[in-house]
Amino acid sequence: MWYTGIHVVSAKWGSVMSAPAMGTTKTAHSDVAPKKKRGPGALATAYLVIYNVVMTAGWLVIAVGLVRAYLVRGSYHGLYFSIEKPLKFFQTGALLEILHCAVGIVPSSVVLTGFQVLSRVFLTWAVTHSVREVQSEDSVLLFVSAWTITEIIRYSFYTFSLLNHLPYLIKWARYTFFLVLYPMGVTGELLTIYAALPYVQKTGLYSVTLPNKYNFSFDYYTFLILTMVSYIPLFPQLYFHMMRQRKKVLAHVEEYKTE
Amino acid sequence: MSRTTFFEVEVLDGRTRQQLCFLDKVEPHATIGEIKSLFHKSYQQLYPARQDLKLDPKGKSLRDDDVLQNLPVGTTATIYFKDLGPQVGWTMVFLAEYLGPLFIYLLFYFRAPYIYSHQDVFTSSPYSVVTLACACHTCHYIKRLIEAIFVHRFSHGTMPLRTIVRNCVYYWAFSAWLAFYINHPLYTPPSYGDMQVNYALAIFVLCELGNFSIHVALNNLKAEGGPKCRRFPHPTKNPFTWLFFFVSCPNYTYEVGAWASFSVMTQCLPVALFTFLAFIQMTIWAKGKHKTYSREFKDYPQLRMPIIPLLL
Repeated sequence: MWYTGIHVVSAKWGSVMSAPAMGTTKTAHSDVAPKKKRGPGALATAYLVIYNVVMTAGWLVIAVGLVRAYLVRGSYHGLYFSIEKPLKFFQTGALLEILHCAVGIVPSSVVLTGFQVLSRVFLTWAVTHSVREVQSEDSVLLFVSAWTITEIIRYSFYTFSLLNHLPYLIKWARYTFFLVLYPMGVTGELLTIYAALPYVQKTGLYSVTLPNKYNFSFDYYTFLILTMVSYIPLFPQLYFHMMRQRKKVLAHVEEYKTE
Repeated sequence: MSRTTFFEVEVLDGRTRQQLCFLDKVEPHATIGEIKSLFHKSYQQLYPARQDLKLDPKGKSLRDDDVLQNLPVGTTATIYFKDLGPQVGWTMVFLAEYLGPLFIYLLFYFRAPYIYSHQDVFTSSPYSVVTLACACHTCHYIKRLIEAIFVHRFSHGTMPLRTIVRNCVYYWAFSAWLAFYINHPLYTPPSYGDMQVNYALAIFVLCELGNFSIHVALNNLKAEGGPKCRRFPHPTKNPFTWLFFFVSCPNYTYEVGAWASFSVMTQCLPVALFTFLAFIQMTIWAKGKHKTYSREFKDYPQLRMPIIPLLL
């Protein structure tokens, strides 16, 4: 969900790499990717390129799968089932990105990346997969399509950045599409969680009640409600952060172009 | 007849580089602390504890006892200012952080209204371990309060307000959460009964005594040494301090031990979770302290580990 905010540091890193000739511009960017973190070595770069290419391909497969299923069925409903497996595979695969940060080959915060990836994985497995009844909801299509487009752009952005050949179009797309995709994804996610609530309450899914040997209880229903509430402070923060990034990144290039 | 060269000090905002204050005729042997007091005169809200002064906006902060003429500045010194935000004295900090859990736990122990169901209000648990747990928890925080007031000496005077609010929320919320389960009408006492409770209690008491001994030892170190003489702690005649042979921060070791034994004594998962998180945080602190010691003292004992003997 907040994937558009993810790797903000790598995005800056990417734009530093793609703007070597801008000697005369204000160094607002090089200030932003400071600390002299030597980028990944050659082997790590090769690995990351492969990783990002594979992920781009994976999400393209999901995109194509969605379009084909729509054309075959003739309706928007129930498209989740046609891309369920690749969605689970590639979204879960993103957990590797936490490892990349921890090991240091990607200059992002482990905590931030972890939080973002885990929230996606949570929605994929603990909500959509676990509560069968929501799988046919249209809200699922809403967030899946938002994720798909976002990820295709994001992973190709990283691929090109790593290869030092970032087309302006990709950079523009990365910092512009989120304006629509982000709210779209959030809406889909919230509606899906909301749809899952009655089933969770009825079946007591993932919940533990007292009394028990370890004196512990967990109410998944309440947990889901709290999760929904947490979007209220978090979403605007991330959204406006991306907007500020957008201003910085795209304004910078505008300057170069007007020279 | 000697003429002292007076210094001029200009204070600029670290971010905007605007001049905030210009002090002329400053004595060369004035300290940064005194400069902060002078700055405070122009800005009532910005008491010295809130001021962060640096020679380089990206560099290290100046200490209050740094003397102006010993700093690498010309006779006109440029100093950069940052507002650290509202500050609270350490004693207040600890009072807030510790009184909260103390009273909150008691609210749950006595089953105040609106926590459990209506018929359970002001009832008590039939299990002795529940009362024991309350006594342990309460004594733990009383001990901490006593230490905060009488034992600890703090190197920094204050802590930012934001940090305290965050810390308080964490401590208060967690103690409410664990107190909720221990004092719950549906609480299940430990699987191995009295044996489990008594052994765990014994270890708890030993760890609390240990933790207290270490705090006293560290405090004496500061008292004897004074600010300039830096020594690292050693085992003393008190057997509890013999843990210093094996770890750099036995106070943290004992603290983890106390909470671990409390978890076993109550057989309560939330307590174990709290212990785990506390362990992670204290390990981070211990590693930092261990590194500082190792760097500063050439003869630092090799055998010592940061927090867990021989392991971590």
